[in-house]
Amino acid sequence: MRTMWAAVAFLFAFHAQAANELKIGFLSTLSGPAGSIGVEIRDGFNLAVKMAGGKLGGMPTEVIFADDTLNPETGKQLAERLLKRDRVNLMTGIVFSNVMLAVWPTIQQSKVFYIAPNATPTRISGEGCNPYFLSASWPNEGYHEAAGHYAKSKGYKNAYLIAPNYPAGKDATSGFKRGYGGAIAAEVYTKLNQLDYSAELAQIRAAKPAALYAFLPGGMGINFIKQFVAAGLSAEVPLVVPGFVSDQDIVRAVGEPMLGIFDTAHWAYDLDNDANRKFVAAFEKEFNRIPSVFAEQGYTTALVIDAAVRSVKGKIEDEKAFHKAVMASPARFKSPRGDWKFAHNGTPVQDYYLRVVAKDNKGRIVNKKIGTVMNAHVDFWAKECKMK
Amino acid sequence: MSGILLLEQSLNGLQFGLMLFLLAAGLTLVFGIMDMINLAHGSLYMIGAYFMASFVQATGSFWLALPLALAATALVGAALEITLLRKLYERDHLTQVLATFAIILIANELVRIIWGSQSLMLNAPAGLTGPVTLPGGVQYASYRLAIIGVGAAVAVALYLLVTRTKVGMLVRAGASNREMAIAMGVNIRRLFTIVFALGAALCALAGAMLGPILAVQVGMGENILILAFVVIVIGGIGSIRGAFVGALLVGLVDTMGRALLPIGFAQVFSPQAASNLGPSLSSILIYVLMAAVLFFRPQGLFPARG
Repeated sequence: MRTMWAAVAFLFAFHAQAANELKIGFLSTLSGPAGSIGVEIRDGFNLAVKMAGGKLGGMPTEVIFADDTLNPETGKQLAERLLKRDRVNLMTGIVFSNVMLAVWPTIQQSKVFYIAPNATPTRISGEGCNPYFLSASWPNEGYHEAAGHYAKSKGYKNAYLIAPNYPAGKDATSGFKRGYGGAIAAEVYTKLNQLDYSAELAQIRAAKPAALYAFLPGGMGINFIKQFVAAGLSAEVPLVVPGFVSDQDIVRAVGEPMLGIFDTAHWAYDLDNDANRKFVAAFEKEFNRIPSVFAEQGYTTALVIDAAVRSVKGKIEDEKAFHKAVMASPARFKSPRGDWKFAHNGTPVQDYYLRVVAKDNKGRIVNKKIGTVMNAHVDFWAKECKMK
Repeated sequence: MSGILLLEQSLNGLQFGLMLFLLAAGLTLVFGIMDMINLAHGSLYMIGAYFMASFVQATGSFWLALPLALAATALVGAALEITLLRKLYERDHLTQVLATFAIILIANELVRIIWGSQSLMLNAPAGLTGPVTLPGGVQYASYRLAIIGVGAAVAVALYLLVTRTKVGMLVRAGASNREMAIAMGVNIRRLFTIVFALGAALCALAGAMLGPILAVQVGMGENILILAFVVIVIGGIGSIRGAFVGALLVGLVDTMGRALLPIGFAQVFSPQAASNLGPSLSSILIYVLMAAVLFFRPQGLFPARG
């Protein structure tokens, strides 16, 4: 009998201790052709946790990683495990929109907050908005709308669109078309994780569009840009991409052929503010490589969690207070991307920049900021969100 | 669709098919002769590409790095066969699948530990970076032409090796009736090691040649391995000729499907429906082809065993 009470007491003590600890479930695509993106997000996130001394919001923080391998089914199972077995307090990490949409019902039902470091599909930010979903990255269409604005400003008489056949691919073309408003030569959807783009490139050459807009993140972007350059199309058709297709993860693999590509993003390596200089220097020191937009998103996601947990003094259980704290968090810290805030649908209101792939003063290939395309841009679909 | 575009798409299909052939040739030999399902074949392809990227960086020359990468991967393949796979020949296929799947995971982690999880840079050699103009005015990537050349040369060399040399005779003997070959006194253990190393070198060639147009990254082997299995199932297990025909079929059907299906659907359906249907159907087209071949010729097009 005594031992039983001792055991119960021990369990209580253990439980009480667990409540003083922040457990974050980090479900991400960490392997396979698109794994480099998840690794960038993870490294940015880990960096912020490390810089906070292992304590986000003053609480000892444990981050539990899981790899969905870009398989929605796997993602769903891993999310169940993180939520039910590991009993995480918060979820984050998902790279791809198809995984996000598959996992979302599970997270929503268990009433655990999800802070998006990447995928923010229109289906969750618009009509289907929900207080448990908050995005520290961008609404899915943001980059593409900015790229559309840029293509319009260049006066391209038509544009050829290519994107993978999955929810974010459709968000990409829809965002681009809204920003661009001009004639669309063709809209081509390819298989997710496609290897060879020769058939598509031959059609692009035959169509002779005024501009090509390609949304092919991760390994797909590496394949596509290598083959685009090898086919000699880079001399014929101006290529416009969202920042995902031309950032460091792809620059490292393609190199010189990428010089001169224009892209749009919410952040740039040389953005002129103290928080960014601190982030870039710390990241380069820790990982010995230049960070990408994805790393910035992971880093800012951790800072959002840090600020929000701190302002509720660790009481994440009080859901209303925590939601308010997250919504107010961007004002409480400096993000490398500069000033931003949350729109009522839980997506960022922020600037989008035009960047060009060029060499910095050390001769390294980076994405340099050359202008601002959209100021304090609000997600187009926020108007469909009935949440207050 | 104009004639020029059709020609260009045929070249694309041919190039993709020949690369698949390099992978499938090794796979079909191992499967046919040793009766061994080797899922780790794709890992050798990945290791070949990584060796290639490293050797290009170290030597600064693409053509110098190529034989080095081939030799290094062949050594890895031989070592793998001698230390590990040899013990699996007598086991059933399920055990082989499990064990070689484990090798995939281990190889991926090892590559991640040694080279890191970011993709490596591997670009086409100078002189093959841009397009060339073919007769008829087709602009075509010179590097892809080089791939076609290398693929075709290897196909011919393999054909000569298998039909005209002593090793080739032993390989054919092993593929058509292993027990009889052993009974006739063939040193089957040495033959297996040679075949496996040869398969690994072919993988490395595919990885090294595809590196400049595809991403060199962890997990690159799994994606393409599935296609290689489709190829050998279509072609008939154990048959080099089958692998060749199967690879070209898969390459052409895949490329032509992606090129023609969306255009075809656009004529029949609304643009919205066509843009949904086209990519979905063209991505399953090669599996439809495989199912059709299996239905009419369950043993594949050119079975090695009678």
